[in-house]
Amino acid sequence: MSKQAQAILGIKIGMSQIFDNDGKAIPVTIVEAGPCKVLQKKNQATDGYHAIQVGFREIKENKVNKPAKGHFQKANIKPLRHIKEFLVENADVYEIGQEIKVDIFEAGSKVDVVGTSKGKGFAGGVKRHNFARGSMGHGSKYHRRPGSLAAKGPARVFKGRKLPGRLGGERVTVQGLEIAKIYPERNLILIKGSIPGPRRGLVMIKGSVKA
Amino acid sequence: MQDIIRSIEEEHYKQDIPRFGPGDTVKVHVKVVEGTRERIQVFEGTVIKIRGGGLSRTFTVRRISYGVAVERTFPIHSPRIDKIEVTRRGKVRRARLYYLRKLMGKKARVKEKGRY
Repeated sequence: MSKQAQAILGIKIGMSQIFDNDGKAIPVTIVEAGPCKVLQKKNQATDGYHAIQVGFREIKENKVNKPAKGHFQKANIKPLRHIKEFLVENADVYEIGQEIKVDIFEAGSKVDVVGTSKGKGFAGGVKRHNFARGSMGHGSKYHRRPGSLAAKGPARVFKGRKLPGRLGGERVTVQGLEIAKIYPERNLILIKGSIPGPRRGLVMIKGSVKA
Repeated sequence: MQDIIRSIEEEHYKQDIPRFGPGDTVKVHVKVVEGTRERIQVFEGTVIKIRGGGLSRTFTVRRISYGVAVERTFPIHSPRIDKIEVTRRGKVRRARLYYLRKLMGKKARVKEKGRY
């Protein structure tokens, strides 16, 4: 990982499209990211690892509890809604209260986006695990059922068997997305393609591990 | 949130798009890149469909070229379109002129809109 933490928190605004220099329409997701403020530094001596703790989006003071309020007071920062930690090589290059803005990225570079996917509720095997569906017609009464669960021999169902259940609403990382455009003065990032989660969902954008 | 999306789309909006609708005959001046040179090609035909809103609005133009029907769909705000000219106003009663696909020759015409 590079010295500067290549990570920022943002809110998914929605999707649109823009035209690139060749006149091609490219699909983009608009994310309002940062400014994030550094709340705390963690290093090897005190915490056993190097990280910075950052907060994002201001919140009313009466909405945070006393311990959190004290934590913000210590850093002399107004209360923030979301708090996350970013691993860094050396936390000492940061100062408490320092702002992390979208200008840590540049257009054309690759990023990974972490978000919480949209919850789908209790979903069947066809939707959840891409099971094949039975014929919907021709006298067939076998439409979207999961099929056989196992062989007869073991006389039980093996653990990990793919079955219907809760789908979505979990942490999802999408790797290797390209940054289409950046608006540093408006705290906006345009990422090519789609990212996990609903509009207004919290996402973390970080430099791609595969770049 | 919609304001943010709109403000980003507005950057790409073209201001000089003429008003036209399904049934109209238009000349679309398309920028074509050939190797390193760029030239303008004109595609003339009947507008059979306009769909979408905002920046993703597109229109489809149908023409018969050497006996072969060609339909091209363009994003209305595409920077590859140099100019759109309306040459004829058509009188049609629906928004999607898919029925033209089944018709050939004289039947595949759209009446011109009279003055009224």
